[in-house]
Amino acid sequence: MSEITIKIDGREYKTQEGEYILNAARANDVFIPAICYLTRCSPTLACRICLVEADGKQVYACNAKVKEGMEVTVSTPNILKERRAIMEVYDVNHPLQCGVCDKSGECELQNYTLEIGVDSQSYSIPDTKRENTNWSSVLHYDAGLCIVCERCTTVCKDMIGDAAIKTGARGGEKLSKEAKDSMPKDAYAMWNKLQKSIIVPSNGTEHTNCSDCGECTAVCPVGALVSRDFVYSSNAWELERVPATCAHCSSGCQIYYEKKHTSIANPDEKIYRVTNEWNFVSLCGAGRFGYDFQNDVEGKDVEAFEQAINAFKKADTIKFNSAITNEEAFMLQLLKEKLGVKLINHDAKAFKDFLDSYSKASGSSLYGSDFREVMKSDFVISVGASLRNDNPNARYAFNNVQKMNKGAGLYFHPVGDMLVPTFGKSVEVFNHKVGQEEAVLYLILDLFGDKDKLPVQTKDYLASFHKTVKKTIKEKVMESVTSTVVDKETGESKEVTKKVPKMVDKEVEVDENGLVSILGGSDNFAETFEKMMKKKENFSLIIGEDLYFHPRARNLSRLVALIEDVCDMNLVMIPPRTNSLGVAMICNLDEEESGYIVGYNEHGHFRLGARGFSKLDIPALNQQEGTFVTMNKVVVPTNPALEYKGYELNDILNEFDIGLDETIDFTPKLARFDGFKDIEFDDLPNGYTNTGKENRGYIIDNISVEKQAVSVVEFNDSIVLEGEIAYRCNPQRQFNDFTDKSHQINEEFALYVSPSKAQTLEEEVEVEFDKDTTLKLKVVVDDRIDGDIVLVPDFKSHQNIYSIFGKDRYKTVTIKKG
Amino acid sequence: MGLEKFKDRNVGIQQYKVVEHEAFPKSNAQKFARVMKRMVKGELFVGLWVTLRTMYQALFQDDMHTVKYPFEKLPISPRYRAIHEMLRLLESGHYRCIGCGLCEKICISDCIKIDTKYDENQRKEVTEYTINFGRCIFCGYCAEVCPELAIVHGGRYETSSQQRASFSIFEDMLTPIDALSSQKEYPGFGAVSPNADDNIKKTPLAY
Ligand code: SF4
Ligand code: SF4
Ligand code: SF4
Ligand code: SF4
Ligand code: SF4
Ligand code: FES
Repeated sequence: MSEITIKIDGREYKTQEGEYILNAARANDVFIPAICYLTRCSPTLACRICLVEADGKQVYACNAKVKEGMEVTVSTPNILKERRAIMEVYDVNHPLQCGVCDKSGECELQNYTLEIGVDSQSYSIPDTKRENTNWSSVLHYDAGLCIVCERCTTVCKDMIGDAAIKTGARGGEKLSKEAKDSMPKDAYAMWNKLQKSIIVPSNGTEHTNCSDCGECTAVCPVGALVSRDFVYSSNAWELERVPATCAHCSSGCQIYYEKKHTSIANPDEKIYRVTNEWNFVSLCGAGRFGYDFQNDVEGKDVEAFEQAINAFKKADTIKFNSAITNEEAFMLQLLKEKLGVKLINHDAKAFKDFLDSYSKASGSSLYGSDFREVMKSDFVISVGASLRNDNPNARYAFNNVQKMNKGAGLYFHPVGDMLVPTFGKSVEVFNHKVGQEEAVLYLILDLFGDKDKLPVQTKDYLASFHKTVKKTIKEKVMESVTSTVVDKETGESKEVTKKVPKMVDKEVEVDENGLVSILGGSDNFAETFEKMMKKKENFSLIIGEDLYFHPRARNLSRLVALIEDVCDMNLVMIPPRTNSLGVAMICNLDEEESGYIVGYNEHGHFRLGARGFSKLDIPALNQQEGTFVTMNKVVVPTNPALEYKGYELNDILNEFDIGLDETIDFTPKLARFDGFKDIEFDDLPNGYTNTGKENRGYIIDNISVEKQAVSVVEFNDSIVLEGEIAYRCNPQRQFNDFTDKSHQINEEFALYVSPSKAQTLEEEVEVEFDKDTTLKLKVVVDDRIDGDIVLVPDFKSHQNIYSIFGKDRYKTVTIKKG
Repeated sequence: MGLEKFKDRNVGIQQYKVVEHEAFPKSNAQKFARVMKRMVKGELFVGLWVTLRTMYQALFQDDMHTVKYPFEKLPISPRYRAIHEMLRLLESGHYRCIGCGLCEKICISDCIKIDTKYDENQRKEVTEYTINFGRCIFCGYCAEVCPELAIVHGGRYETSSQQRASFSIFEDMLTPIDALSSQKEYPGFGAVSPNADDNIKKTPLAY
């Protein structure tokens, strides 16, 4: 893409070739009215208010692309007439209820009605009764307020991937002929469509049964779609917005906690909702609804604090997980250095080992790309991640590539998923066996690799899977058939020769790829793949947690490095938890826990935690300032939304004389670790620019490390798991103790199974891992899972699931009647 | 009305009278002479006479000028802005306030707070409404902004209290339900102007 110059209202602006006029204008701070367009989604032309004149022709700014030297006029007399008529039409029969509406004050209908200066109404039509409904446990739809801009359906399809809502019939009266003749053209077209539609769940029922991400409520320009919890609880302008970072997964989405006093009787502050810059970042249900996990404590508990100091003094091990800030990780590392304790963190350790081994093979400390690049690619592959559960934004990227870039996708995972294949026509799914991840990476090498760059050994190894076989295929040939027909009118008979298609068997030689069949791919994969590859230029590979928790993780990491090297792909990895990457970069982690264990948000002999049941309370992630490292390799700041009155880790460090005044005084000191920079916390920005550029924190340096001559080894099938298999995987919207505590997130701690598997199980079962380890779990059906593998969640830290699974993410189990 | 009247600062008709009095004494001798003159004239008794006359009129001729506050109060103008009242709908008796929060927003001393929730009838319920009269400056903005004519100023102006913060809650301000029939429409701040109809453009209806 190259830079070009266009003129808007006579002034010159620079922009990128191929950009929509609207985006070009926005990037240059020029205002063009627009309602239905969402950045990162396809234009729907529902509102038509973005009309502009470009080189003398009326076009829609949201779907017309800029050209070098283009001259754009934002308003002409005719366009002003259209806009005024459009806004008047939106106001026809729109309930006069701004007084109670949740959107009042931040409503785009209010804003544009004022902006366009609508002070009288020229149109009318009988109203249709439209009902309020609750689509799910979080979604409230007030059809009366809906202006059918389709932003909700668009974001759900193009970004989220559920396509859980669509336009349905409104049953409104037809527009009169007179209206058609007398109205501006575009306003009429908009009204015609508006009068016919409302929004309904796409599955034909009353309920969406979707991912409950709430992104549709975020994009709705009016008060039609609001979260059920928020309805009529506060006016927008009363809420104070605290820019922060979501604490739940490694996406590290930028969010705003919006808070005010709890009620007249209770002046304590409360978070009422979480909002986001929905044009540039999409949240999941955990981030949007999992916000009330603060640790409310009365004050400093001196006694517990003394106990904690003693516990640290006698500790052999500090155990923690990665739902912590970099500053906390740093402090734990300092404690290790001071006290000589071991640091145990299961998720970060596995990830760190994988990364280390990867960097030795690749020569750089971190994976080469990020998810912003993935979104720009047109072919994306996911290996070892349960895309729907592990990381919502990885899934959004996978989906967005299909929808926006005419992309294709390969999804490799042992657990069948009903949603991923619906992302696009060119999505191929391999439900391979557990343990075949190496074979998957070999297949990728084989399909995408530049064979000349491969080591000879590997090249030969790959070639050994190919053989040429004779195959009979059906082929269409045209055959001439002659028949006699009688002309009805003249009675003459005539001979007519026609060509008709006929299927014949034909023997051809084809190349058969053994890897495809080993992985359970379909027979005509070669053909499908050829279609998928058409016009594809930019490839991405997403690596997930299954590969870090794998008996052959080292070989996998080397294969990944090799793929990055010879396949010219954007490589990204999904850190298992919120800040696993940060912890991996900061802490010196140990293998085995031993002796007296102090648990920091984890199970231990002495427990410090941000959830109620700990001996010493520490602040939750919405009560502290600090930084995270996201999966995009960016150090992002987060701010406290709520007050915390108790002790924090820094107080403990101060008892050992290694603390600082404030927790955030550690932020610039992080520069001690490779990749981090010496920047004060208060200097870290946290927002987006008009162009959608992320302006948050700073990007971690990807440092070159010494490349070691390592070689990849062949895979063997001995580690393949058979029989009853349990997979450590959280249900959607649950990530940790904090999401669990939030009142709007109700996915329980249970065994998640496919509908077919549920048929064979009782309502409650005992999952036996080995003789001494069993878990009693309720069985919950997730109708988006397919196949027999059962999912055991790990979001409750006191259940110690990571220890049960150890270095694997899959285990063979016996499931007994509970 | 043009602006001329406002611009004319010379308000009212000048009706000042010049009081005639003797020249002020200049020397000490003159001063002494004045004192002596007044003593002999018995001016004191003139004042006493006026007092007795008024007393007589008040006690025996029913011509009392003093208002016996707090037993007696003077009527105040309807535009006076005293303690707020919350009105009800005359037909249903339901409180008029819809919980829009505009009064809360516009209040310049930030003394109004409202709690609302989504009720069983899919309506916005006002669960509590308070005004901190320790802060309220009785500016009348709330009454003026209210789209429902729900909050108005009443005539209760006695607001002394032993605490800085003296709150009123919703119940205190709402028209008692049994007094609904005597609820008066408020003509003061924010009331609909008599010519409101002339200022509105009607929206077409398709029925
Ligand atoms: S959606 Fe907007 S215009 Fe409609 S009632 Fe709500 S605030 Fe008013
Ligand atoms: S909550 Fe998310 S998945 Fe569900 S309808 Fe809305 S956008 Fe779609
Ligand atoms: S619900 Fe909101 S976002 Fe969806 S079509 Fe209606 S107005 Fe647009
Ligand atoms: S849980 Fe992850 S994807 Fe969801 S909002 Fe938070 S950071 Fe974003
Ligand atoms: S402005 Fe009127 S209707 Fe709105 S909250 Fe205040 S009193 Fe109630
Ligand atoms: S924004 Fe372009 S048609 Fe709606």
